[in-house]
Amino acid sequence: MRSIKQTELEPLVRRANQIKTEVTQGGRKPCKDVIDVSWGDKHRGGVQPLTFVRQVLAACLYPQLVHSYKLPEDVRQRVQSLLGACDGGSVGSYTPTGGISYIQCSVSNFISRRDGGVPSSPENIFMTSGSQRSIMQVLKMLADFHNQASLPTGVLTAVPTYSSFKMMLQTLGATVVPYYLDEEQGWAMEVEELRRALQASKGICNTVALYVINPGNPTGHVQSRKCIEEVIRFAAEERLFLMADEVYQESVFGEGSEFVSYKKVLSEMGPPLSHTVELASFHSASKGFMGECGLRGGYVELVNLDPAVMRYAYTIFSTDICAPVTGQLALELMANPPRPGDPSYPVYAQETQSIQAMLVHNMNWVPEVLNNIPGISCQPMMGGAFVFPRLYLPQAAIEKAKVVGMQPDLWYCKRLLEEAGVCVGPGCEYGQKEGTHHIRLCVMTPVETMEEVLKRLKTFHLHFLKEFS
Amino acid sequence: MSASRIGQMLSSKSLRVITRGNYRFFGNGAQYPAGHLTSGVRSVMIPSPLSPFFSQSRALSGVSEPPRGLVQEKMTENAVFSQNKVLTIDTMNPKVKNVEYAVRGPIVQRAVQIEKELREGVKKPFTEVIKANIGDAHAMGQQPITFFRQVLALCSYPELLKDNMFPEDAKSRARRILQACGGSSLGAYSASQGIDCVRQDVARYIERRDGGVPCDPDNVYLTTGASDGIVTMLKLLVCGEGASKTGVMISIPQYPLYSAALAELGAVQVNYYLNEEKCWSMDLSELERSLAEARKHCNPKVLCIINPGNPTGQVQSRQCIEDVIRFAAKEHLFLMADEVYQDNVYAEGCQFHSFKKVLFELGPQYSNTVELASFHSTSKCYMGECGFRGGYMEVINMDPEVKDQLTKLVSVRLCPPVPGQALMDLVVNSPQPGEPSYTTFMKERTATLRLLAEKAKLTEEILNTVPGITCNPVQGAMYSFPNISLPQKAIKEAKALGQAPDMFYCMKMLEETGICLVPGSGFGQKDGTYHFRMTILPPTDKLKILLAKVKEFHQKFTQQYS
Repeated sequence: MRSIKQTELEPLVRRANQIKTEVTQGGRKPCKDVIDVSWGDKHRGGVQPLTFVRQVLAACLYPQLVHSYKLPEDVRQRVQSLLGACDGGSVGSYTPTGGISYIQCSVSNFISRRDGGVPSSPENIFMTSGSQRSIMQVLKMLADFHNQASLPTGVLTAVPTYSSFKMMLQTLGATVVPYYLDEEQGWAMEVEELRRALQASKGICNTVALYVINPGNPTGHVQSRKCIEEVIRFAAEERLFLMADEVYQESVFGEGSEFVSYKKVLSEMGPPLSHTVELASFHSASKGFMGECGLRGGYVELVNLDPAVMRYAYTIFSTDICAPVTGQLALELMANPPRPGDPSYPVYAQETQSIQAMLVHNMNWVPEVLNNIPGISCQPMMGGAFVFPRLYLPQAAIEKAKVVGMQPDLWYCKRLLEEAGVCVGPGCEYGQKEGTHHIRLCVMTPVETMEEVLKRLKTFHLHFLKEFS
Repeated sequence: MSASRIGQMLSSKSLRVITRGNYRFFGNGAQYPAGHLTSGVRSVMIPSPLSPFFSQSRALSGVSEPPRGLVQEKMTENAVFSQNKVLTIDTMNPKVKNVEYAVRGPIVQRAVQIEKELREGVKKPFTEVIKANIGDAHAMGQQPITFFRQVLALCSYPELLKDNMFPEDAKSRARRILQACGGSSLGAYSASQGIDCVRQDVARYIERRDGGVPCDPDNVYLTTGASDGIVTMLKLLVCGEGASKTGVMISIPQYPLYSAALAELGAVQVNYYLNEEKCWSMDLSELERSLAEARKHCNPKVLCIINPGNPTGQVQSRQCIEDVIRFAAKEHLFLMADEVYQDNVYAEGCQFHSFKKVLFELGPQYSNTVELASFHSTSKCYMGECGFRGGYMEVINMDPEVKDQLTKLVSVRLCPPVPGQALMDLVVNSPQPGEPSYTTFMKERTATLRLLAEKAKLTEEILNTVPGITCNPVQGAMYSFPNISLPQKAIKEAKALGQAPDMFYCMKMLEETGICLVPGSGFGQKDGTYHFRMTILPPTDKLKILLAKVKEFHQKFTQQYS
C-alpha cells in the first residue's frame, strides 16, 4: 500500500479550502476569494443542476410530492414508473446487482440509439457507484494482483491521464505501461506509439489491457473514427482487452469533431473483430449536462466477454450489492431526458442550451486566451472538460522549484493558489513528457468565472516570468 | 507520537500490498476443502439471468431484435470464439474465482428468473416470490422515516425550501447540509473522507451513544455502505506471503462479505465458531483454539466481530466484549467491529454495547493501545435505507502514517454518494425534543422497531414448532438462522448433484413455494450441520404465511426423503 503515490492535487485542494476559510474569517490575503477549477465538477464550479433531474429526484425521495406539489406531468409520470421499478416502491431498497432492470433497459436503449442501432443487451450493463468503481471492478478481473511468481499485469495508459486511474492500478499491484499522446498533434493517440510502448513493456510486465480516454482527460482531444479503428485493430493484433472511458461523450463541441463510441466502431468493423475484441465501455452521470458527480452514478457495458467470465463479473459486482439508487436514477434521466412535446422540455432545453453555449464558448475562447499569454501554449480543445496548456517556465524558476523540492509545475500551481487564489491541477499529477510542464483547468465553468480565472492567471504568469528572467 | 506506540500492530512498515495465495480455511476439523465453495457455484445449474454477451454479428446483419431472444444462439457462438479471448477463466485473476457472495448467489439469481417466468405467465405452484434472503426492509414494505426523506427532497430540489409544506427543522437541516456541499449541491464531489460537517455530527453521535467517550471527527470516514469501509480496512491490513501472510479471524457463521473480500485479497480466512448451543455466543476458548491453529500457517492480525450478529442474531454481553478486547490486546490483534445492527436489539435483557465504549471503560492500558475500526450504516436499524449506500467507519488508535495510507486508499473512489452522506447525517442528528418533527419521528422509529421485535419473536416461536427445525432466539439484527435436520437420502442426492445439502433444500423450497432463503453453507457452519438464513422483515401477515409454508415444505421434504 505504501507504494501508492499521494496525488499532488489533494493537498492543493485542501489548501484552497483553507484559504477560503481564512478569507471568510477576514485574514489578509492577496486575493479576495479562491476559484477552484482543478476538478471536473460542474456544480462546485457554479453550474446549476437541471431542474427536471432534481424534480424527479426529489419526488422519488419524497413521493408525497407527486400529489401535493405542483410538478410537471412528465415528472410525476417518471417518478411513478421509477418507484414502480424499485422493490417495495422505495429508493431505499437494494437493487439487483447490475442495477434496477428498468434502468438497465433504458441505458441499453440509450446506447443503441447513440450508436445508430447497434444492439446492446441490458444484461451486459453494470451500474456502479460512479464509473470509477466500474473501472476498478474490471481491472480486478484482469489483474492477477501480487502474483509474484509471474510478471505483474500491465495496462497501457496514456500520458497524460488523470491520477486516480493510476492509483487504482497501484492498489491492484498492476503496472502502468505509459504511451504518450502527441501534444503537437492536439494530443492525438498514435498507434505507432502504442506499439513502441507495448514493446518496451515486454519482460517487465504482462500487458493485457489498453485504457483509452475519449474524449480526453486532461487533454480535451477527441479521437477520429479512423484513429479508433486503428486502435481496435491494434488491440486485436496484440490481444489486448480494451477499456474505453467515454464519460465525456456528451461534451464534444469542437469544430469538425464528433463523438463515436468504441462499441459502434467495433461493431461496424465487422467480423471477426466485432465478435472477438473484448471491450469495456464506461459512462457516467457525473459529466455531460447533468454533472451530478455527488450522486455517484456510472456504468460499464461489457462487450464480447467470455460467458464463463461474465458469471464471475456478476459475482465481483455483487460484492458491492448495488450502486447507490440516486446514482442509478441519475443514469436513467441521462438516458431518457425530456423530449420535445414533454411539459418539462422547454425548461430542460433552455438549461442544456445555456450549458452548451457556455461550453462551446469556453472551448474556443479559453485556448485562444491562453495562447496569447507569453510562455503558455494551448492545443485546440475538441471536447471533454479540461484544457491542458503547456507552460514554458524560465530555467531560474525550474531551479528554484528544485531547491524547494517540488515539481516545477506543482510549485507554480502552489504559488498561483497562494498569490492569485486560483486552484488548478499541476501537470506532474497527470504525467507529461520529460522536461515539459503543464496545468489542467476545467472549462465547465460559468463564463464570468472563467474570465476571472484567466485574468488572474495572466497577471500572475506575467509577474512570475518577470520574477525569473 | 506513533513511534512511542510500540505495541501497534499495524504500522506503516508492515503494510505491503496484497499478496498472492490461495484462499484457504482453517477451522475446527475439516470445514470444507478449499475448493468446495467454488465448485459449488460452478456446478449449480444456473439458468442464468446474466446471459452471455449479445453477439455483434446481429448488428452487422442489420437485425435489431430484442436481445433477450437470442441468448441460446449466442452461447454457442461465444463458445467458438472464447479461445481467442484475452480474458478467460484461465487468464482471469485467479482470486476472483474464489469470490462468492451467497446473498446474491445462485438461489437469488434463480429467484429473479422465476419472477420473470411468473410475469410471462408460466404456471407455478405459487403466485409470487417472497425474498427473505436479504436484509432489505423497504423492499418488504417498511416505510421510510418521513423526516429523512423530507430533508433529502429539500436538498435535491432546494426550490422546495420556499414551500410551506415542510417543517422548519427539516428545512434548517437541509440548509445546513447544502451549505457544506460544493456549489451548495448534492451533485458536487465531496472530500473523499466525506463532508466535514457530517463527520463532525457522526463524532458527536458516537460520543452521545458511548456516554461521553470522546470521538475525533478526523477518525471518522464516510463510506459507500458499511461494506466499502470493511473492504477498505481489510485491504489496508492484508499483506505477507506464505507463513507470514495475514490471517483474518472471522466468525462462522459469518456474513459473506468477509469471506468474499478475503478471497479477493488472497488473505487467509481463519474461522472461529460461534456456539450454537449457547445461543451463538462467542467463546474465548474457541478464539484461542482458532488462533493457535492459525498461527501454524499464517500471521493472524485481525479479529472481525459482527454484533448484533449476522446471520445469527445474537447480541453480545458486555462481559463477552470485555473478554474479546482483552484477548485482542493480549494477542496483538486489530479489531474490526461490524455494528450496523446497533439499534436492532429485541430480546429482553439484551443491550447493545459498542466495542469502543467498552474499550474505553477498560482503562488506558487498553484504550490507548488496542486498534479498532467500527462500522455503521444507513441500511439497517429503523431506517432500512439500503439503496443510499450510506455508512461510516471510525478508526481508533491507528498509527498516523497508516491513517495517511487509508486516506489515500479512500481517495481512489473519489467520494461516497453524497445523498448517502446526507442521510447518514440525519441518522446521527435526528430530530430532538422540542423540534417540530420530533413526535412523528419518534412514533415512526418506535413503531418500526417494535414491529421488528414482534416478528423476531414470532419467527423463533413458529420455527421451533416444526419437527426437525431448531431456532435460537433472535436477540437482535434482522435474521433467523435455524438449524435444519436433513434426511440422509436428501444429503446423498444433493452430493450427487454437487450441491451443498442446504443449497439443495433451499433450491427445492424456492421451486416449490417461491420462498427465497439463503442456505447456511453460504455463511459457513459446523461440518455436518445445516441451516438457512431467513429475514424477519416481511410484514407480519406475510411472515406468518411464509413461516407456515416453510413448515409445510419442511415436513413434506422430510417425508419425501426418509
